[in-house]
Amino acid sequence: MNFETFREKIGYQPVLLGTFALLASGALAWASSATGDAIAAAEAKDLRDSLSEVLPAGTADNDFLKDTVELEKDGKPIVIYRARKDGAVQAALFKVSERGYSGEIQVLMAVGTDGRALGVRVLKHTETPGLGDKIEIKKDPWVKSFDGKSLGDPAPEKWAVKKDGGVFDQFAGATITPRAVVKAVKGGMDFFTAHKAEITG
Amino acid sequence: MSDNYGSIMKEGLWGQNVVFAQLLAMCPTMAVTTSGTNGLGMGLATTAVLVVSNILVSAIRHTVSSQVRIPVFVVLIATLVTIVDMAMNAWLHDLYKVLGLFIALIVVNCAILGRAEAFAVKNGVVASAVDGLAMGLGFTGALTVIGLIREFLGAGTLFAQASNLLGPAFAFLEMKVPGYGGALLMILPPGGFAILGFLLAGKRILDQRMEAKAAEAVGCAVHAAT
Repeated sequence: MNFETFREKIGYQPVLLGTFALLASGALAWASSATGDAIAAAEAKDLRDSLSEVLPAGTADNDFLKDTVELEKDGKPIVIYRARKDGAVQAALFKVSERGYSGEIQVLMAVGTDGRALGVRVLKHTETPGLGDKIEIKKDPWVKSFDGKSLGDPAPEKWAVKKDGGVFDQFAGATITPRAVVKAVKGGMDFFTAHKAEITG
Repeated sequence: MSDNYGSIMKEGLWGQNVVFAQLLAMCPTMAVTTSGTNGLGMGLATTAVLVVSNILVSAIRHTVSSQVRIPVFVVLIATLVTIVDMAMNAWLHDLYKVLGLFIALIVVNCAILGRAEAFAVKNGVVASAVDGLAMGLGFTGALTVIGLIREFLGAGTLFAQASNLLGPAFAFLEMKVPGYGGALLMILPPGGFAILGFLLAGKRILDQRMEAKAAEAVGCAVHAAT
């Protein structure tokens, strides 16, 4: 029996498929173990870079990636990075998210212990290019309008876009996107105020 | 045909172009071509996967029986793309941040399985590699052209952020039309379909002209001979 006829036999098919599945799993396992450390390091560096961006220079002297507390926000766990100087907590950094026009908008924010927002950046979004993407710092400085704001300044009911009677600008043709970002940041501020003792303790 | 590398190249780049002739891979074509840079990056990543998958499929073509070839090829391509994805994430992280989203999309690009089925499984390893390269470059060219037109009409720029993809040396490619805000529609999906439609019509006209010219040349030759 030559290989040509052997190849058509029913018993050959599962063995062939199984062999390939096994080889593919082996290759993936090898690749995963070979790249795992490098990927983790690159992601940690990304996180550190984005965290450093919302935190004004000189605010912290600790490795805030390692100084974390885990709390619960709206039933989901949330990791809070604590920036310290001389051992005292100066600011809390965490991610909040809100539904925008076309999907979730992820926002990273830093709040000082005095309750003022130190910096806000949009990490990830799927808003309309050219309209809603002005929330990115690369496209528009709009997101800096949160810097220095706190829950008393402006008053809580003024934490809204101008169209809704608030203090934050909306974009021409896009109101839902900045509204969602404002809501996310306000949610973060409320969360910080409610859990200040646990975060700074 | 399989031994003539020149004609394989020509078919991949023009005659059987993945986008403009076979109308395959419409999902990445529409999703990615919002700028020339994105189109170029997706095209190059796809080319790399296409070449390797064609080589592997061609190498195992005698071992794999025709009954189970499709699942075997799917496993092969998915594994390949996943490894490329992980390797880029680990060692080319900055490039990965630009292209990462597209790499995973390569798995669902039917052009790759299409080439495995239509070419690699019937031809030798070298010819298959050439076919993968030609199809990949044809795809890259199509995506870049669509991307550039959409970017130019939609945002008034050309090759924006190309230095992110190709390195700072290519920053000279980046251009901006002064005083033109762009027509947003071209960046959105309808613009993509409209541009693709015009390009398809343009290619048809070119092909018809070339055919007419070729027929004319043949006619003259016949005339002269008689």
